[in-house]
Amino acid sequence: MRVMAQMSMVMNLDKCIGCHTCSVTCKQAWTNRTGTEYVWFNNVETRPGQGYPRTYEDQEKWEGGWTLTKRGRLRLKAGGRIKNLATIFSSPKLPSIQDYYEPWTYDYETLTNAPLQEHSPVARPISLITGKDMNITWSANWDDDLGGSELLAADPILAKVSDQVKLAYEQTFMFYLPRICEHCLNPSCAASCPSGAIYKRAEDGIVLVDQDKCRGWRKCVTGCPYKKVYFNHKTGKAEKCTFCFPRIEVGLPTVCAETCVGRLRYIGLVLYDADQVLEAATVTDPKDLLESQRGVFLDPFDPTVIREAEKAGIPRDWVDAAQRSPIWALISTFKVALPLHPEYRTMPMVWYIPPLSPVVDVVQETGEDAEEAGNLFAAIDTLRIPVEYLAELFTAGDTEPVTGVLKKLAAMRSYMRDINMGRPGDPSIPEAVGMTTGEMDAMFRLLAIAKYDERYVIPPAHAEQAHDLEELATECSLNYDGGPGMGGSGPFGEGSGAGTPLAVENFRALKDRQTSDTTATGITGPATRVNMLNWDGRGTPPGLFPGREGPPEEPRNETTSDRQGKA
Amino acid sequence: MTATLDIVLWVVVPYVCLAIFITGHAWRYRYDKFGWTTRSSQLYESKLLRWGSPLFHFGILAVFAGHVMGLGIPKSWTDAVGLSESVYHAMAVSVGLLAGLATVVGMSLLIYRRRTNSAVFGATTRMDKAMYLLLGVVIFFGLWNTIGSGVLNLYDHYDYREGVSVWFRGIFTFQLHPALMAQAPFPFQVHGMAAMLLFALWPFTRLVHVFSAPLFYLWRPYVVYRAKSERFGARAPRRGWEKSEKTLR
Repeated sequence: MRVMAQMSMVMNLDKCIGCHTCSVTCKQAWTNRTGTEYVWFNNVETRPGQGYPRTYEDQEKWEGGWTLTKRGRLRLKAGGRIKNLATIFSSPKLPSIQDYYEPWTYDYETLTNAPLQEHSPVARPISLITGKDMNITWSANWDDDLGGSELLAADPILAKVSDQVKLAYEQTFMFYLPRICEHCLNPSCAASCPSGAIYKRAEDGIVLVDQDKCRGWRKCVTGCPYKKVYFNHKTGKAEKCTFCFPRIEVGLPTVCAETCVGRLRYIGLVLYDADQVLEAATVTDPKDLLESQRGVFLDPFDPTVIREAEKAGIPRDWVDAAQRSPIWALISTFKVALPLHPEYRTMPMVWYIPPLSPVVDVVQETGEDAEEAGNLFAAIDTLRIPVEYLAELFTAGDTEPVTGVLKKLAAMRSYMRDINMGRPGDPSIPEAVGMTTGEMDAMFRLLAIAKYDERYVIPPAHAEQAHDLEELATECSLNYDGGPGMGGSGPFGEGSGAGTPLAVENFRALKDRQTSDTTATGITGPATRVNMLNWDGRGTPPGLFPGREGPPEEPRNETTSDRQGKA
Repeated sequence: MTATLDIVLWVVVPYVCLAIFITGHAWRYRYDKFGWTTRSSQLYESKLLRWGSPLFHFGILAVFAGHVMGLGIPKSWTDAVGLSESVYHAMAVSVGLLAGLATVVGMSLLIYRRRTNSAVFGATTRMDKAMYLLLGVVIFFGLWNTIGSGVLNLYDHYDYREGVSVWFRGIFTFQLHPALMAQAPFPFQVHGMAAMLLFALWPFTRLVHVFSAPLFYLWRPYVVYRAKSERFGARAPRRGWEKSEKTLR
C-alpha cells in the first residue's frame, strides 16, 4: 500500500443555475492574458450540447485518454510512445482555434470617435487572433440553454441514444455541467507530454504544467480527453487549471468554488492507494470503472490506512482533514457522487452529483405530488431517457448507479419534507434506498446546509517552516525596526518594496490587519499606517495628516457621546 | 600565404559564430527557459502544416545525417572500408537530393502558409523572419551544391570531402585550413558562410527547440510525480542553512 493524498472536488449539479460566475471569476484570476483569450480553465456547459471545445467527448474523433490494447494493457488512445514522437511535427488530432472559438474584442473607439452622423455608430467585432474584422459564429457557450437546437444533433452523448429517445429527451430536460481540470489519478495529458513537463504533485495530487520545461509539443492537448489543457498561442506553452494551488496551499478553496453562488462545490482530500491505480484503470468492462476507482480510495478511519499514511509522510492534520472530507463522504459513504466519463480511464477526481430536479419537474407537470417518495421512485424508473443520458456521462452507460443516486436524492427530499412539515420522519423512506435515518440526516446536512468550513475542508500545505527559514535569508535589508521598511512596508508606504513571500503567516497577518478595528501602531510619523477601510469619516486618526509645526495636537476624535450631548 | 581576408572569413568568423552558438545557448537556457519553445502555430492552421511541417522536419533530419557523414567522416575511413568513390557519390547525391527536395518543398509550404494565413503571419516575429531568410539561403545553396556539383558537374569535379570537409573538421581539431575554403567554388563558400551566420543566430531564435528533442520520452514513466525536494522546504536550503539531521526517518 502506497498512500497518497489527492485534493479533489465534487459538484452538486442540482444546484447549478448556469450563471457562469465560476467561469468569469476563474478567467479574471487566471486567463485574462494575451494568448489565453480563448481559454476557460472553468467552463459551464448546457447538456445536451456540444460542449467546449465542440464535440470534445467524441474520442473516436479526438483520440484523448486511454484505451485497452487487445492484450488488455493500457495505452494512450492517440498512440504509443513511438507514434507520439513520430507525429510530433504535426499533431494529427489537435483541435484548431475554430473548434474552441475565435476570440474577439469590439472596436469601442468608434463609439467615441465617430463623426456626427444619422445612425449611431456600431462597435464592430475584431478578431483577437488576426486583428481583422470578423463575424462571430461560435463561442465557449454558444449553445447555452439549448440555444440553437439544431446544434444538439452534434452532441456526441446524444448520438449514443436512439432517435426516438432524442425527441422525447429534448422535451424532458436540460441541465448545466460546470467543468474544470479533473486532476486525474492516471493523467493522460502527463503521459502524453514528451518533455515530461506535466507533473502530478506528490503532496496533493494537483496536476500542473512546468512552464520552464514545456517545449510546446502540444501532445497534452490531444492526450486530455476532457480537453482541459490549452495551448497558449502567444507563449507557445501549455496551460491548464491549477486547482488554484496558491489558495489551496493556505487553506482557501479555489476561486470557482469560492465564488459559486449556488454553493454547489465541495473540496476536500481523498486518500488513495497509488499502487492500485493502474490496475483499477485497466479493468476490462468500462462499466466496472466506477467501482474500481472507488476501490482505490482508502478509508481514512481505518487504523492501517492511518499508519501507512504516517509512514508515507502525510502529516497528521491531513489525515484528520481526510476524515472530515466532504469528498470522501459523498463518494464513498453516501455514494451519491459519480465521476465524469470514467470510460476515458484517466481516473478523474472531480466528481458530480447527478441532477434530480428535472425528474421532479416532470412529476410536477403531471399534477402529482412531486415530493412523494413513491411518485419520484416511479418517475426515475420510467424516465429512462434522462437516466440513460446521465449514465453516458457518469457511468460509461450503466444506468444502475445513476438510478441509485437519483433515488437516494428523491428519498432525501421526501423524507425531509415530512420533518420540515413538523411530522415525524418516515424511517421506511431511507430504508427503501438502503440508508438509516441518521445517515439520511447527515447527508441532508452536507448537501443542503453545510457551511463554508464543512464544504471546504482544506488543510494548509506544510511549507510554513520553509518560509520561516527562507525569510531569514531573503528578508528586506531595510526592514529593521525604525528603518525605512518599518517592519513590513517599503520606503514608499504600504505595499511598496520587495514582494511579500507567499506564506501562511503572511496570509493570516494580512487577514488580521484587514479585519482589525484599530490601526496597527500608535506611532505618529510619515510611516504610520491608517486603515482607511475602518475609518468612518469622522475625526482625524493620528497619522492621517502630517503633523503641524509647533506642539503636537491632541487627536480630535468626536465620540458618539459627544454628539449626543450636543443634540 | 593565406590572405588576411581568408583568415577572417574562414577562421575568425567560424570561431566567433561557434562561440556565440555555445555561450548563447547557455545564456538562453539560464535566463529564458520560459521562452524555450517551438512556438507552434498549429492552433491557427493545420491543413498546410500537416504536409509542410513533417516534410521539412524529416527532410532536414536526413540532411543533418548526411552532413554528419559527409563532413564528419574522413575520406580515408570510407576508403578503408572499401566504399568506392562512385558508389559513395551516387549514394550521397541520391539521398541528398531526396532529403533536400523534401526540405525545400516543406519549407516553401511553411513559408507560404506563414505569409498567407493572417493569424500565423501575425504571430511571426522579426527574429523569425531573419531566421527564415538565413535558413532559406543555407538550404537553397546546399541543394544547389548537390545539384550543380553532384549532378550537373559544373564545378570541375570539385570534391567537397577533400575541401570543405577537411576545413570544417579542422575547426574542431585546431588544424586550420582557410585556404581550402578560399579555393572552394563560390556556392560552397556561400553555403558555409551562411551556415556559420545561422549558428550565430540560432540561440536567439525558435531553433533552440532542436536541442529539446524529447527522446527521453521513450524511457521515462508515463506519469511524472514531483514532490518538494525537502519535506519542510519549498526549495533546497541555502549553503550554510542545511538541517543538521538530514533525514528524520
